[in-house]
Amino acid sequence: MLGIRMHGRGGQGAVVASKILAKAYFKEGLFVQAFPAFGMERRGAAVAAYVRVDSSPALARGEIVNPDVCVVLDPKLLEMVDVTAGLAPGAPIVLNYAEGQVPQDLADRFTLALIDANQIAVNHRLGSRLAPIINTVVLGAYLKVVQEPPLQPETLFQAIEEGVPAKKQENAAAAREAYERVRVLEKS
Amino acid sequence: MKKVIMGTETAALAAVLARVQVVAAYPITPQTVTVEELSDYIGKGELDAEYITVESEHSAMAACVGASATGSRAFTATSSQGLALMHEMLHHAAGGRLPIVMLNANRALSPPWNLYCDHTDSLSQRDTGWIQYYCCDVQDVMDSTFIAYRVAEKVMLPVMINLDGFYLTHTSEVIDVPSQNEVDRYLPPYDPANKVDVDNPSTYGCVCGADLFSSLKYRRQMETLAVEQAWQEASDEFAAQFGRSHAPVQGHRLDDAEVVIVTIGTAGGAAQLAADALRQEGVAAGSLNLAMVRPFPYQSFRQAVSGAKHLVVLDRDVSFGAEGIVAQEIKSCLYGQSQAQVHGFIAGVGGMDITEELLADMTREALGGQKQGLQLGDSIWIKVLP
Repeated sequence: MLGIRMHGRGGQGAVVASKILAKAYFKEGLFVQAFPAFGMERRGAAVAAYVRVDSSPALARGEIVNPDVCVVLDPKLLEMVDVTAGLAPGAPIVLNYAEGQVPQDLADRFTLALIDANQIAVNHRLGSRLAPIINTVVLGAYLKVVQEPPLQPETLFQAIEEGVPAKKQENAAAAREAYERVRVLEKS
Repeated sequence: MKKVIMGTETAALAAVLARVQVVAAYPITPQTVTVEELSDYIGKGELDAEYITVESEHSAMAACVGASATGSRAFTATSSQGLALMHEMLHHAAGGRLPIVMLNANRALSPPWNLYCDHTDSLSQRDTGWIQYYCCDVQDVMDSTFIAYRVAEKVMLPVMINLDGFYLTHTSEVIDVPSQNEVDRYLPPYDPANKVDVDNPSTYGCVCGADLFSSLKYRRQMETLAVEQAWQEASDEFAAQFGRSHAPVQGHRLDDAEVVIVTIGTAGGAAQLAADALRQEGVAAGSLNLAMVRPFPYQSFRQAVSGAKHLVVLDRDVSFGAEGIVAQEIKSCLYGQSQAQVHGFIAGVGGMDITEELLADMTREALGGQKQGLQLGDSIWIKVLP
């Protein structure tokens, strides 16, 4: 089973992104389960979403305690939540992070896929500079660091177009740009 | 057609495919998106139904009672506090022999506010006369809605379809969505013999004396007890057409099981995994998903656990001053019928995950292993502060 944990803030689209990812794997012929864990349901609060991907239906439910990969939509969450909880050393973390910078303590322990999703979102007119919509952008970066089970990039971009309520092509194009520009730092 | 869909969206789609004719709902937290989705389907012309917006959940059920009495297929959805507010009308729906189907999202009752998964909301309505079914996964939500209408309209009793809050309501899974033709073949239009009809006036729900009243209650009890068999038949017919079964009692590795983990709702998945893990340790374990709580499926349950020495019963609820409600039900079912020891555990109330490890540990404790929780009365509470 592939277990994915996504960290975001209420209103940032982590739950939508988890469903898009689940639908992309479903298109590849796999069984999926996507599940959000809300704290207090309000904008800005930390939320998590989980995706289970397997060759048979998942019997387990709820939190994935030992995920294979983590996706973090907001770098400020690193100060509030232990996004590494339950992750094996060297496991991939996909992180929305400013261009040219590296969170060294994480890089020492994990494989990082860093993407300046805010900038890419603004370039594609997704949201505003103050509130960019980056949930689909980080999915493009995700593609580069998770190989098993296989997920074809075009399958994900199609799932993005089908899964967002507006600006379908812009969202897919932004994810494509993230896929091309992501900086992958293997744990040394 | 296979698709990835959320539990509450599935309930709405199932209502569309069941061709419901009246939807009455009160959209307030903790409501579900089911009623929003149904409003969209009707607005877009994809469902030919009357949508009645009402001022409370009590009125939502009252509107369903009225609609059903005129011979319409009625549907509503609710959750926790909303279900509690409906209480009076739940009695009316069952006593009036009205085959309404309702989705209930199992969420904790306040105070304190919580909104997460908990079964006290529906279990505290178990004496209203409704058939209660608890879904184990999203496919079960789709399929049991069709079975529910088929059974309800045959036995003339309402059905409450229960979905674990978040673990089903907000969870997306891969399911098989049947075509309209396939559903139509399984579920014929509702056409009751008696209905409120202005062209053919008659009186319903009039005053009646003790003699007739007790006879009517006796007859309702007789016909409610027969629902276990009626649901089993409807499930068998569903399985013959669709290849999926949704029986009142669903077992896993029960044939030679000496210890059986009993759950309702989605915890059945973790219970299967726990039984498998315990088998690896040499424990003859099985699991049983009690899908129907009312009427209690006495025959199937007794038969399913006939070889068991220990039953590990999970309650995501409590009846204050007594014990877990499911444990009480099972003790009542087995009294004088079985020597099996019933070990009642209370866990997962207010949204705590029920995992394979938790259920396996509870089973080990029941068999004399390390203590996991705090004994209080007849129950063991898991993960609570002393």
